Amino acid sequence: MDLKADEKIDIEKLLENIKDYKPKRKGWKWRPKTQNKKKVGKFTYSDISDTLLNNSVPLPSASYFNDIDPQPEPVITTEIASGRFEDDIRRMRMAAWHGADHLMVIRTAGQSHYDGLIEGTPEGVGGVPISRKQIRATRKALDMIEEEVGRPLNFHSYVSGVAGPDIAVMFAEEGVNGAHQDPQYNVLYRNVNMQRSFVDAAVAKKIMASADMLQIDGAHNANATARDAWKVMPELFVQHAINALFSIKAGMPKENIALSTVPPTGTPAPALKYDLPYAVALRELFEGFKFRAQQNTKYITSDTREATVLHVLNILLSKLTSADIQSTITPDEGRNVPWHYNNVKAVNTAKQTFLGLDGLNEMIELKKDGYVSEKARELKERAILFMEEIINKGGYYKAVEDGLFVDSGYYPARNGDGISREIEGGVGAGTIVKRDKEYMAPVCEHFGYNNLPNEIEKPCDLIGGCTLHDHSKIKYIDELDASDNVEKRLAETKEFRKDGKIKPEVEWAGDGWINVTMLLPIEKRIANVAGLEIVKNMGLKNPEVIHSRTMHPAEGTLLEVKGRVDFSIDLDNLEIPEVEENLDEDIIRNEIKNNPMKVVAATVGNDEHSVGMREIIDIKHGGLEKFGIKTKYLGTSVSINKVVDAAIEIDADAVLISTIITHNDIHRTNMKKLNNLCIEKGIRDDLILVSGGTQVNNDIALESGMDAGFGPGTNGTDVASFIVKERWKRKGILKDKLSEVKEESEE
Amino acid sequence: MVQERKDDFEKKRQKFKNLNNEQLNKKFWELAEKIVDPLINMADEYTSPSIERSVLLRMGFDSLEAKAIVNKINSKNLLGKGAGNVILKLAKRENMDIHKAGIEISDGKFDDSLVNLFGGE
Repeated sequence: MDLKADEKIDIEKLLENIKDYKPKRKGWKWRPKTQNKKKVGKFTYSDISDTLLNNSVPLPSASYFNDIDPQPEPVITTEIASGRFEDDIRRMRMAAWHGADHLMVIRTAGQSHYDGLIEGTPEGVGGVPISRKQIRATRKALDMIEEEVGRPLNFHSYVSGVAGPDIAVMFAEEGVNGAHQDPQYNVLYRNVNMQRSFVDAAVAKKIMASADMLQIDGAHNANATARDAWKVMPELFVQHAINALFSIKAGMPKENIALSTVPPTGTPAPALKYDLPYAVALRELFEGFKFRAQQNTKYITSDTREATVLHVLNILLSKLTSADIQSTITPDEGRNVPWHYNNVKAVNTAKQTFLGLDGLNEMIELKKDGYVSEKARELKERAILFMEEIINKGGYYKAVEDGLFVDSGYYPARNGDGISREIEGGVGAGTIVKRDKEYMAPVCEHFGYNNLPNEIEKPCDLIGGCTLHDHSKIKYIDELDASDNVEKRLAETKEFRKDGKIKPEVEWAGDGWINVTMLLPIEKRIANVAGLEIVKNMGLKNPEVIHSRTMHPAEGTLLEVKGRVDFSIDLDNLEIPEVEENLDEDIIRNEIKNNPMKVVAATVGNDEHSVGMREIIDIKHGGLEKFGIKTKYLGTSVSINKVVDAAIEIDADAVLISTIITHNDIHRTNMKKLNNLCIEKGIRDDLILVSGGTQVNNDIALESGMDAGFGPGTNGTDVASFIVKERWKRKGILKDKLSEVKEESEE
Repeated sequence: MVQERKDDFEKKRQKFKNLNNEQLNKKFWELAEKIVDPLINMADEYTSPSIERSVLLRMGFDSLEAKAIVNKINSKNLLGKGAGNVILKLAKRENMDIHKAGIEISDGKFDDSLVNLFGGE
């Protein structure tokens, strides 16, 4: 099953024979970067990956630069988990086309307390139930999408809770490429028994290492939990160190261990003053490990603009220090479970920022002495004092029990509000069992004491091979719940995916959510209520204010209100205009040679912008002149009268007017005026009238009396092709000419 | 429990005065090792239901089978022998294949004789 760029991924087909699917590859993949400098388009980059994508969507303004789409060096993460993996797969494909190559799936609420593997594909809450079928189907989709974009895609989820080793085995078998694994996360935030967490973690880590998975730790959660996030900085070093060293001792290579690091503060605090020394100290202490830079989420709100700026600032920090993986947080994280397009926006923010900062460290460097290094040293010393106290208390378990961790004080200060867990308490307490002398596990990649017989080459020889070496030994369970599964859900959404019914969506096929942005000229309290009424009156269901911001206490409030569309559009009832295909350049040239053409062009009104029009007419921009069309350019801020006079004077075949800057619909007024004046002077039938500009499109132009309108992104060939065809049309020979052209091209 | 206390960092940091940056980093990792060693040693010596399920998954049991078998073996206080070990020993004794041995353990067929696999203590 191959993907085609103009076809949706067929989820039903994807799920066919899923029980026999074997992942194409295992292990984490970094973006290749071997060349110091790389040329893309007109530019030479310093910090981009060697790989360009086969298929991608470049940044919007790439349209000014021949649609180049260079890929920054760090792996870019997007977190996708709507509760339905079948919809997430489509979002992953969108994100991959925009430059994400680390697709992370958040687990459904409560999975960490589930003692065993979840099977089947039940719907999740705030995440996806991680099961073999869900993982296998997603990996299968990613195996296809990575072929499509031409870059390996890393698939990632969580190895935590009370079923860590079970999940680690399943991930290793199914080709999951990375996972969060940090027993401290279980202990502090999920109240899983601490001994169980650490005992399980060693086995899970060894298995992850065997499949060359990248591990990300959980220290960043302290940032998100602590009252004043920046005050936990010393403790973050300690948490990173405990998991990193524990992982190495469990058999994980250093280069597969990534520290999840979040800039501890956010604006309007003087963020860099806190974030930079912290980031510097971390990279000094943890040299040789990988860094996964995550955006600060503690201090984001429902304001997507503010969240995006914070994201950019955080990426600046990554650039000033280092990031092997740049995680992205969707700008709507502060309001809801992320929507499709916000994943794409966040990936774009990362790509755009990295490209804009390309080569930064060749131009500037951090001061060796002074504020940053003094602060960095201070943080390290505070962390060392923290570790001394752990040891003095009798070790890690005792220190956690005493509530030393995630206290809101800036260590060594303590506010007595840390998270405390009992050594013998929590989920899974009392379940670890001492291994006997006879303890034996006849499988590979097993951590810990194992009384294996001497004569074997590898442990699984005792059982004729294990699943890590022989994929066919894996036992696949399809579904356990006849009513809550992907097949049922797909049947319900089929009309929106396959049968030509169009409905907006932000998370799930056919969910119908749209977002209405409005400014109401009243105070916020009233605006919030009025906004709901407006959206209700628009016919939207379940309206909810998702963002409101005071513009002025009395003058206005900006509102974003979401609501559901409860109808769908039938594709069969839509009249889609044919795509106007340009004539072949040689045919235009030939036509002009036989039947010359003269054109008057001007930027009209009070507008000094000549750039757009020059692109259309100048020979050096590949404009009308290159086809031999004679153009008389009148300049900028030209009056309509003057344009018409010039057209009469040179006996022009066509008039081109451009309006770049427009207010009060001045572009429409100018077009109408041109049309009326030509009619008045009796020359309308002799002239082809064409208008262009940033606010112009064909419909607006036709409404305003023009023969055609061209918006941004138009080139000279578009216009030349149009006026040649229009002239044929007026002569009544368009049909014949077009079939002539078609025959020629088929010959 | 940790009590509320003021930041006395300036006083406490005096002992680091003579350490350069490298020595400081080294000290950090020495302390980390002291914290982690007891944790990893415990992991070396202990097992858990989840760990044993992960063994059975690797042996080719599905997750439902693995859970039932491990629960049964645990209820017989034999988890410390290793669930895979118990199955293997039973399969040998009863001359049956490994998968069947596992399933029959969970079905309770050997409830009385499992413990005899290990000298009957």
